[in-house]
Amino acid sequence: MLKIKNLEAGYGKLRVLKRISMHVDTGEIVTIIGANGAGKTTLLYTIAGIIKASAGDIQLLGNPINQTKPEKIVAAGCSLVPEGRQVFSTLTVRQNLILGGYVQYKKNKVNTDAELQHIYDIFPVMQQRENQLAGTLSGGEQQMLAMGRALMAKPKLIMLDEPSTGLAPLIVKNIFEIIGKLRNAGNTVLLIEQNAKAALAIADRGYVLETGKFILQGPSEDLLVNRDVQRAYLGREVAV
Amino acid sequence: MTSQLFIQYLFAGITYGSIYAIVAIGFNIIYNTTGIINFAQGEFVMLGGMIAISLHTILPLPLAIGLAVITTMIIGALIEIIFIRWLKNPSVLRMIIITIGLSILIREAALHIWGEGVRSLPYFNGNEISTIRIMGTNISPQVLWVIGVCAVIVALLSLFFKFTSLGQEMRACAANRLAATLCGISTKNMVTLSFMLSAGIGALAGCVVSPITYTQYDGGTPLAIKGFTVAVLGGLGNSMAAVIAGLLLGIIESFSVSVVPLAFQDAISIAILLTILFVRPHGLFGSKEAAGLKEF
Repeated sequence: MLKIKNLEAGYGKLRVLKRISMHVDTGEIVTIIGANGAGKTTLLYTIAGIIKASAGDIQLLGNPINQTKPEKIVAAGCSLVPEGRQVFSTLTVRQNLILGGYVQYKKNKVNTDAELQHIYDIFPVMQQRENQLAGTLSGGEQQMLAMGRALMAKPKLIMLDEPSTGLAPLIVKNIFEIIGKLRNAGNTVLLIEQNAKAALAIADRGYVLETGKFILQGPSEDLLVNRDVQRAYLGREVAV
Repeated sequence: MTSQLFIQYLFAGITYGSIYAIVAIGFNIIYNTTGIINFAQGEFVMLGGMIAISLHTILPLPLAIGLAVITTMIIGALIEIIFIRWLKNPSVLRMIIITIGLSILIREAALHIWGEGVRSLPYFNGNEISTIRIMGTNISPQVLWVIGVCAVIVALLSLFFKFTSLGQEMRACAANRLAATLCGISTKNMVTLSFMLSAGIGALAGCVVSPITYTQYDGGTPLAIKGFTVAVLGGLGNSMAAVIAGLLLGIIESFSVSVVPLAFQDAISIAILLTILFVRPHGLFGSKEAAGLKEF
């Protein structure tokens, strides 16, 4: 699905990602964990085309997307749910979702109503809030709206940037359940999280990013029991 | 003040006020998609009038106006494509300075093309002295044209932003540019479109108002200042508030003539602009919180 080779990217002269390589296979949930400033968001922004890679390769479904404009990458089937939700706060929930389906509408010129109903099935609360302004929703609801909006584009790969940030534990649990359901419905998910425990619990594989490099990678079960991961990200003291 | 005089002043105020409102809406459309104030907005109004006047020598009036609006829209789009689009992460200040430069450029170009002379389109109905009787006073039919056309522009724009897919995309771009990009919307095209749209409505306003105020190569600047005052008065980015603020400024100006000499008319709007900037920089209808988050 997604293949990254020797990717380098950053802001101006600052190099944030240092020659990293990774891949995501179809139908997987892959998670990238790491501390603040490790470069997790930069990685997602580079894949989404918002930041241009200075070196390396990114392939989506076998096609290189390094030089592709962000809006074309969405059309190619890769949607990003950015950190901090970024909903259109002055538009209604329904309008937000319809804008999410914009690429599908452009491509097929068919109404996106069926897709909208599908989103309401996944997030029933969105249907109740349909005509409310997105800015008036709670944090958890905004996260659901942002995810629903990305799903409206029928992405082949959906990337989630810290969906649990600033949410109550119960809501976080709910969000993660939905991510699990998305995979069961055949979606491929690339999940970035600070909440390493929850992320590794639902992911198939994981990468650990530290100061722009992957220091560890492997199946989630292995990472969960890895001593370094436990000490650094799971807050568990292990006897040496 | 007699009731006749009152209505005269009121109509004059509404006429000028609706023009100010249209210029302010032009400011707002571009502000919403780019975060900048396009100081060449007044020049679009002047260009619309001038081009229509030139075209009217060979074409019938409606056709001349239509073509003038389209030409100005193309000029607006070209300006964006040539001067703004290719900039990588430009700062707001840099873009604003560019638009100030552009306004000077357009003005000087107009001076070379059309000279210093004062021109005007003919009255759409009748002539300078034909009047319609409304509420006991005589009003020029052109006044009704100005008010009517401005009302239609406002109504069509709000329908456009509410019900068309393109309008929704522009609103999305205004609400959150990053999110709009992530929805697959080309924000750069939306910026070009916003320049076209404001050039178009500016040009149309320039045509309907031309018989009353006349058109001259440097006629855009005072209008831009008034329009900017109105945009700030209503709260930057809020087009419906701009309509109310525009009418308010127009009416205040026209009634001010009855208390202070005519020469002070412009000073009054500048005084209002300064007062607003000092006391309520987020505008009469803007929210303080939202203004605090804005870059400019």
